[in-house]
Amino acid sequence: MYVAVKGGEAAILATHDLVAEARRGDPTVPEITVAQIREQQALACARVMNEGSLYDMDLAALALKQSQGDVIEGAFLMRAYRTTLPRFGSSEPVDTAAMAIRRRISATYKDLPGGQVLGPTYDYTHRLFDFALMDGESEATPRTAPAPLDAAMPRVPDILGAEGLMEPEVPPEGDPAPFDLTRGSITFPAGRDVRLQSMARGDEGFLLGLGYSVQRGYGHSHPFVGEVRVGEVCVEFVPEELGFAVDLGDVTLTECQMVNQFQGSKDVAPQFTRGYGLVFGHAERKAMSMSLVDRSLKCREFGEAAVYPAQQDEFVLYHADNVEAAGFVEHLKLPHYVDFQGELELIRRIHKEREERLARQNEDLPEAAE
Amino acid sequence: MATLARASRAEIEALLGAPPQHELLKAPETGTVMLEGRAGGAGQRFNLGEATVTRCVVRLAGGRMGFSYALGRDGRKARLAALLDARLQDEAEDSALHQGIAALARGQAAARELASRKAAATKVDFFTMVRGE
Repeated sequence: MYVAVKGGEAAILATHDLVAEARRGDPTVPEITVAQIREQQALACARVMNEGSLYDMDLAALALKQSQGDVIEGAFLMRAYRTTLPRFGSSEPVDTAAMAIRRRISATYKDLPGGQVLGPTYDYTHRLFDFALMDGESEATPRTAPAPLDAAMPRVPDILGAEGLMEPEVPPEGDPAPFDLTRGSITFPAGRDVRLQSMARGDEGFLLGLGYSVQRGYGHSHPFVGEVRVGEVCVEFVPEELGFAVDLGDVTLTECQMVNQFQGSKDVAPQFTRGYGLVFGHAERKAMSMSLVDRSLKCREFGEAAVYPAQQDEFVLYHADNVEAAGFVEHLKLPHYVDFQGELELIRRIHKEREERLARQNEDLPEAAE
Repeated sequence: MATLARASRAEIEALLGAPPQHELLKAPETGTVMLEGRAGGAGQRFNLGEATVTRCVVRLAGGRMGFSYALGRDGRKARLAALLDARLQDEAEDSALHQGIAALARGQAAARELASRKAAATKVDFFTMVRGE
């Protein structure tokens, strides 16, 4: 007999109130605004946009406020909201060569055209606390150069490509529309388009760990950062009713191009190979991790054995999505009373049978003294 | 439309003044556009993720249609921008309205240039240390 159990409504309503109070914290401290989060926690917003797979700084800031700063919960809110919106179509592929550069560095060329532009970065800070921030004293007066940056900032792999030393990156025959994993189920082996989409929305920590594993020897790749660039790129879209491309405005993107050890064969002269990362907002750790794993997932294309986790597309793609992963891990919190009751009855029966068997065996034993 | 997409609602409101008589052919609607990238910047296309976009189509009393498409979720901005788009099509190139758009575009270009000059201040000047004789 199965008896359905209901209940908990009042408790759930009460927890909604309680979590609202917990989120608000001490009411004598002023409430944080969405605009403050958007402007002053932009890197956290970038992470929520990436893992929520939706570019909207205001919504990302709201997600962070609503989730008390829980990034994965925030990404979940973004994903849920996205499903309520119609999709107007796909943009023209963004042109990162035309990016308005805020930061652009290369570890392969010292004197590259356009120069090394550090931009806003924590790389050269001493990681010592700035206690002035605790008192809310953060006057910033950035310097300005007399002239802007060079208009043309060639992408580093293109410089190597011009010499024929870099694996070329060309669209496949017919430049097909990419697969969209939000509309169809992925199959394996997964194409490069599927892998890149999956990683762009994947968990930064998971990709960082995998990228690190590749560098440490679980995938033998210790590449050079050909280039990291951060800046604004315009989004062009062709509405059906207009028939020409409309400029929708700018998005901030981070791009990483890794230069990996070369590959060659009898017929092809050796060339460096590429790993590519492209993400929303200023998120270079994510872009770098993505480009490391992009290269390791290309092992099949280069005839390398896929023996390590970062080389196995099924492993990487099925576990990179933190909203899915959190859902499956955290569903364990949901009531499993009936399942557990079944397990409990089984283990009790086994115990009982075992005790009965042992008791019988003891009876069967002949008396040693006889 | 590129200038209007980057302008704030307040800027558009100030330039348009009192909204002219119009009908909404497509009420302000927020949806998404899937942003595409290319592997390596130039190779195979892939879906990077979506962005919120709001669009609106209006028709002025005279029959002129105006369109607006911009990133974000501001429906009122979309409607005002569509009205401005319609009005701009009937205005002379040297009209106050076109000059207003040109001023907005100059302001946006100046902001971009200032950001670029701040970035340029962080450009590395390498120098070589000569050791020994």
